[in-house]
Amino acid sequence: MISNEQITHIAKLARLRVEPENVAKTAGELESILVYVTKLQELDTEGVPELAHGDGLSNVFRADVANGCDQDERSRVIAAFPHREGNLLEVPAVFQDRTE
Amino acid sequence: METAINIAADVRSGKRTAESVVRESLDAIESGNGKLNALLGVFSSAIEDAREIDRRIAAGEDVGVLAGVPIVMKDNMLVRGERCSAGSRILENYDAPYDSTVTTRLRAAGAVLIGRANMDEFAMGSSTENSHYGPSRNPWDVSRVPGGSSGGSAVAVAAGFAPIALGSDTGGSIRQPAALCGIVGLKPTFGRVSRHGLMALSSSLDQIGPFARTVEDAELVMGVMQGKDEMDATSSYAPAGASEDKSANEVKGLRVGVPKEYFVEGMDENIKKSVLDAVAEFERAGAEIVPISLPTAEYALAAYYVIQPCEAASNLGRFDGIRFGYSSEGQTLLESYERSRGEGFGAETQRRIILGTFVSSAGYSDAFYKKASKVRTLIKRDFDEAFKRCDVIAAPTSPSLAWPIGEKFADPLSMYLSDIYTVSANLATIPAMSVPCGFVDGLPVGLQLMARPFDEQSLYRAGKFYQSVTDHHLKTA
Repeated sequence: MISNEQITHIAKLARLRVEPENVAKTAGELESILVYVTKLQELDTEGVPELAHGDGLSNVFRADVANGCDQDERSRVIAAFPHREGNLLEVPAVFQDRTE
Repeated sequence: METAINIAADVRSGKRTAESVVRESLDAIESGNGKLNALLGVFSSAIEDAREIDRRIAAGEDVGVLAGVPIVMKDNMLVRGERCSAGSRILENYDAPYDSTVTTRLRAAGAVLIGRANMDEFAMGSSTENSHYGPSRNPWDVSRVPGGSSGGSAVAVAAGFAPIALGSDTGGSIRQPAALCGIVGLKPTFGRVSRHGLMALSSSLDQIGPFARTVEDAELVMGVMQGKDEMDATSSYAPAGASEDKSANEVKGLRVGVPKEYFVEGMDENIKKSVLDAVAEFERAGAEIVPISLPTAEYALAAYYVIQPCEAASNLGRFDGIRFGYSSEGQTLLESYERSRGEGFGAETQRRIILGTFVSSAGYSDAFYKKASKVRTLIKRDFDEAFKRCDVIAAPTSPSLAWPIGEKFADPLSMYLSDIYTVSANLATIPAMSVPCGFVDGLPVGLQLMARPFDEQSLYRAGKFYQSVTDHHLKTA
């Protein structure tokens, strides 16, 4: 059974805000999906490896060099920043509470 | 709308101009899109791009095999300078800073990109109802869903807006809307098409593929898009396979596997009949029908709905309200994250993030994520075994016909169940294609064909044969 506290905790880990009135509903939905996926436990997977990439590709390397981009792309990336001053990109303070 | 092959031939030979073809497409969108909500936007450069193709042809240049062919992109594929929202509020005002590899390759072959198609937010959904911009509507019955998540792309082709549209398929998002809209939809082998410039949903599952009316058209577009791309480390070096297939339209000796687990008690009898009738066409033409078993198939959906949300939760972590997209300021950094994401993401996206975070969190990841990844190996082994005895597998694409808008929206699990026949191919990384195989109550049914990894050629062969002996794909809404 998924508790309301668990939902609040998971939401915090996921950096989402679940409104208090939606917590119980979210718990119910998660519960029904988890009940369904729990059928995986019926299968014996002893000694079975995990599959992550079906093509068997591994260790795909490239030279560790910066390729840069053209001026147009650069200016478009900058323009996509929600908060900026000219070409300076604005980010919120990490350690400070804004009320301080 | 005619086929891409015919359009390209006409444009290359000077019989028609690319501009006239593109104008026809834009006119069709102008008159039909209000009702269908297939496209979220038309690219302002389309006419100018078409004129440029015409100028180059006039100058004697070979502009490529897609000369003047109008193509619709899914709204999660970057086209430099164009809006790209992934059906989400969080990217409502986002313009792509660079081109995806598929954009570059299609244009290099002479195609004209004309607009971006509606989709479930970040490609999560089976109906397009999760789009922030409202659902697309099925052209066969506008009160019904077109399927999803690439629903807008499927509608664009089914309604004749363009001969080709691109979709992305993570658990059925090309094949299922193709089935529900009565057109061809191909999910290539994982690694076949570069995903550079495709917004990542689930990195071990996502593939880009085409929608078309005919298998020939889908094959033509694949020929342009596929192949190694240095910008996508997961793209494969696998060779394309013979381009001219002597055995096209001919399936004598082809071994068609029919998995008993896909035809179970309680399934829609009309869909079952359509699919088995299609199998009978192969048998009549000399194909060998092989009963096969995929014993882990019934666990595929459960494995999918663990793995997919985990990867989605991880990929969507980039939306922080700081670097791009919707931004809402709070008192603290944490609060800014929570607000930007809470207000920017829709309900289904948040649901999957919560689910994915839960099943990968400490104390649960062994029981869920790792377990599912092992089950994935069992699913792949099932297919490996089956393909020792057959060359293609035939099955239904969707367990149901297009359903009324709203019917499954309130019940996430019933919506998830609509992916039951399609997720296995993504988990096993094999190619799979939906081809129209009939109608029930005026609504299209799809036949799903699956093949060995990197053997799209067998899908083309089987699909072309089937379309040569049937006319379901010629009917229009």
